[in-house]
Amino acid sequence: MAQITLRGVGHSYASTGHEEAWALNPLDLVWDDGRTYALLGPSGCGKTTMLNIISGLVRPTRGRVLFDERDVTDMPTAKRNIAQVFQFPVIYGAMSVYENLAFPLVCRKWPRERIARKVAEIADVLDLGRELRRPARALTAAEKQLISLGRGLVREDVTALLMDEPLTVIDPQFKFFLRRKLREIIERFRLTVVYVTHDQNEAMTFADEVVVMNEGRVIQRGSPEELFEYPRTTYVGYFIGSPAMNLFPASADGTALVFGGSRLGSGYEVAALPPGKVEVGVRPEYLELVSEPGENTLPATVTGILDEGSIRVVALMVAGERARLSIPRGRQVPSGDVLVRLPEDKIRVYVEGVLATARA
Amino acid sequence: MALIADHLTLEVDRVPHLDGLSFTLERGRLHTLIGRTLAGKTTLLRAIAGLERIDRGSLDLDGESFLARPVWERDVAMVYEQFINYPHLSVLDNVAFPLRRRGLSADAARERARTVLERVSLVGFEKRRPSQLSGGQQQRVALARALARGADVLLLDEPLANLDYKLREQMREELRGLFSDQGGSIVLYTTTEPAEAMVLGDVVLVMHEGRMLQMGPPDEVFDRPATTTVAGIVNDPPMNIVDAAIEDGLIRLGGGRSLPLPMHMRGLPPGNYRFGLRANELKLGSTDDAVGTVTFSEVSGSETFIHVDTGFGPLVIQIEGVHRFALDAAVPVAIDQERLFAFDPNDRLVAAP
Repeated sequence: MAQITLRGVGHSYASTGHEEAWALNPLDLVWDDGRTYALLGPSGCGKTTMLNIISGLVRPTRGRVLFDERDVTDMPTAKRNIAQVFQFPVIYGAMSVYENLAFPLVCRKWPRERIARKVAEIADVLDLGRELRRPARALTAAEKQLISLGRGLVREDVTALLMDEPLTVIDPQFKFFLRRKLREIIERFRLTVVYVTHDQNEAMTFADEVVVMNEGRVIQRGSPEELFEYPRTTYVGYFIGSPAMNLFPASADGTALVFGGSRLGSGYEVAALPPGKVEVGVRPEYLELVSEPGENTLPATVTGILDEGSIRVVALMVAGERARLSIPRGRQVPSGDVLVRLPEDKIRVYVEGVLATARA
Repeated sequence: MALIADHLTLEVDRVPHLDGLSFTLERGRLHTLIGRTLAGKTTLLRAIAGLERIDRGSLDLDGESFLARPVWERDVAMVYEQFINYPHLSVLDNVAFPLRRRGLSADAARERARTVLERVSLVGFEKRRPSQLSGGQQQRVALARALARGADVLLLDEPLANLDYKLREQMREELRGLFSDQGGSIVLYTTTEPAEAMVLGDVVLVMHEGRMLQMGPPDEVFDRPATTTVAGIVNDPPMNIVDAAIEDGLIRLGGGRSLPLPMHMRGLPPGNYRFGLRANELKLGSTDDAVGTVTFSEVSGSETFIHVDTGFGPLVIQIEGVHRFALDAAVPVAIDQERLFAFDPNDRLVAAP
């Protein structure tokens, strides 16, 4: 296991070194030994480029890659001792599960007994002990992904586990199972893990820390709670959380935040905010339907309801702005004119799209 | 006016891939078909389109046999998981081309194409080639082409599966609006995601291993899942299922725990049952409650999922807020018997809260 350091690493796919077209803008980033990171962002944000730089599939245009103190920038993938799992299982369908797991060791010319011992050990961890004689193609997609992982794990001294959307081909109902299995394995082997995904739920449930990327830059890095509670930009507020964070245009008049003609208590030191336009963000989970007018309470109109099963998403117009409020199933669904409260401690203020820090 | 299947069966090497499917799809309503991979969803769509041979059963459109019609005489539009467009045509012509083939003049076809492109929010992109669009936009082009035809039958095979999660969420809302204008068509839309099936469907059909397990309005399917399998498919995480017995007016769980029999189960005779409980309706209880051992827990920003082993089986508990649990920690699990579903030993629903 190793700490992975990206020092001034940037990458451009442009052949002539036009560095304006960075797929990944130069950055410094340290991945701590034994932690699980999710790289989260939309297609084209640079997350796979970053992963490929760590694995050695891409040599960065600029900067150095270190595994602990060792500079591996020019080292080929095969020498980096990295276990990789991709979107689609990479298995030899005609071989048995045993042969699949043994293959990397056969290539390394390990003695037969040692291979047998190691394969048995890994198969046990993966719960594939009873499947060893079966042809790999007969297994489920989730099991095939475990074989892909197992082929990385059989080697000694795995530096890191890199995964690129490994749950894409897995049914939602089995994602839970596979996620849990992966976590067990990661904890048991104390692996450093970098996990690429566009699915916020996967990132949030799987990782110790989430690195949110957009347009070739890291926008925020933090625990799932931090990203949910304190998105650093309105983009993170939109990208993390489902539905996205509500954003309302407001103005700061030196003493209070004003939205829809109402003065809002916000826990921010309003005098320290730049006067003029700001945005007020509140998560749909935190908007409250109330029966009496009061502090931070505005009239709203229900425009629609989306029934997602365990939750219902209520579409609202609040002071001419679209908003979403989510309520658990079983609670009464409102209609027509309602009152909505923006809880003071759940309000986040954004100035030019960036979270304001002037807390009272 | 409807597409009616009666015991539709397709076998490959004597293994049924579609196993006696009977259902009715009405014009003007959006039907979502939910099922795991290999449930037979794609096979069913292909069979309706005429791309698969049917062994037994019938499929009638408005009272006439649909199976008797060759593929080219079936007025079916299909959208696939992979975005399929004509790479050499502009966005506008991608939508207009099939209309031209159906005899519309160039002007009329383009006029209609423009209207539909507006509906899928692609105004301003008419002159681009599909390759110059993002994945979400490419799929909108495919959707627009299918919608523009106003075909008898519109089949959509997991059209959002290849899109980014966030985009999928956004399109889910948009699609609802799009299809509501599709008055004359029969629309069948497949997905593996419970929320997508629930939000989009006027009617939800649940398929598993080639069989139709249930169909009905979203509420009905979610609140009264016909079998434990349906309960697993339409809940994310899947509904917890625990084997237990009704005895002496109590629900006897394993491990020496029992619960009072709730009102909605009073009519059930004593015996063995399977009880279902949604993850988000379980709670962490007090010291009086059954104790479980944490095998795994994960946090999703605003919620925590705790996997516990109990004397009566494994459970997943979904609670609000961020909580940390050590592996093997002991936690009390509160089961609200008023929220329990009861299934008979053959997995059929016999009581719902």
